[in-house]
Amino acid sequence: MMELLAERGSLFALTGAALIALGFYGFIMRRALIRRLIAFNVIGSGIFLLFGGTGYFGGGVDPVPRALIITGIVVALALTAFAAALAVRLARSGDDDENPEAGR
Amino acid sequence: MSLAFDLALCALILGAAGLAVAGRNLFGSVVFYIVYGVLIALAWVSLGAADVALAEAAIGAGVTGVLLIGAWQGMKDAGGLEAEITKSLPVRVLAGLGAAALGALIGFAVLSLPGHDGLTGPVAENQPALDLGNPVTAVLLSFRAYDTLLETLVLTAALAAVWSLTPARFWGGIPGPKHTTRPDGVMASFGRLLPPLGVLVAVYLVWAGADQPGGAFQAGTVLAAVWILIVLAGLRDEPRLSSLILRLIVIAGPLVFLGAGLAGALAGLALGYPEGHARTLILIIEYALTLSIAATLALLIAGPARRAP
Repeated sequence: MMELLAERGSLFALTGAALIALGFYGFIMRRALIRRLIAFNVIGSGIFLLFGGTGYFGGGVDPVPRALIITGIVVALALTAFAAALAVRLARSGDDDENPEAGR
Repeated sequence: MSLAFDLALCALILGAAGLAVAGRNLFGSVVFYIVYGVLIALAWVSLGAADVALAEAAIGAGVTGVLLIGAWQGMKDAGGLEAEITKSLPVRVLAGLGAAALGALIGFAVLSLPGHDGLTGPVAENQPALDLGNPVTAVLLSFRAYDTLLETLVLTAALAAVWSLTPARFWGGIPGPKHTTRPDGVMASFGRLLPPLGVLVAVYLVWAGADQPGGAFQAGTVLAAVWILIVLAGLRDEPRLSSLILRLIVIAGPLVFLGAGLAGALAGLALGYPEGHARTLILIIEYALTLSIAATLALLIAGPARRAP
């Protein structure tokens, strides 16, 4: 077990697996949309860490996973931005000022 | 020593993630998520992946954190923050067991992976043809350039989606409230002092990106942060979203990227670089992308228009 943990890649890959589990728990158990968004991002970075950890060799992480993880971080951000804007719009939808149809 | 550091780091990461996901206070969760993002960036440093660490710190912790705080504020102003309900114990235990089983399954799958040589070798072999020193830039803009091209389009599509949430009468208007600060206050001083430094860092990141860690995404994020600071300090207002110049800047990067791919078709290989010109084309694409990414990120943070044009 110790030599396994001494292998940096496996240690971080296992941390990634634990993060996926944690994020999954949060995603299904919490109600607030912002917290679900956080849980989604925790799952995401867990997957990236898992991916990077399995691509770790002695001196560093393989360049292909590294590039794809950077791509993944940006795509996760695009989703977070849209989800955050939707959540705010949803919270405001009862507001007559924002939604003329609601008052009719 | 380094094992002890890694173990402590992983424990901190899990602790911060736990507090972010399960904490009682919603705003506290957002703060812990930002802490978590910075810790994850440290993990990438420990794994020797400086590019990913930069991207995670700037985008994962920074921009995502700002977006979450903005969403929290927006929902609070609208009175739409949901109260958390505590689920019954059996449900919590069941969900906990399910999540633990998922984690254990993934962990087991990781540990039973067969050994492999990875792709470091093939990348290093083909890298000289591109004349780039940074293998990650080589993968991002040549070997897996499709992914990067589509990723920039995903960002643009996300911006279009966010804009589509604008109420009809504000369409094409100005996002966010107008910020005013005391001219001799801390914020105004920061607004004058930090932007030149930020621009310098961004230029360095994109300049160094060809041969060292750095690149369009990291530099674009720093530029976006500079713009946000200028707006917060009240030195400039957000632009009108109907501005043609603004929209051209947003799509310039993807257009140049796609244009380079189509020009390749004339030279014999669609979505390929003509031999001997790869480095030049990649640098042009990187510079155009930096501007577009900076504009897109800043506009994603600003959100839909809230004031009439």
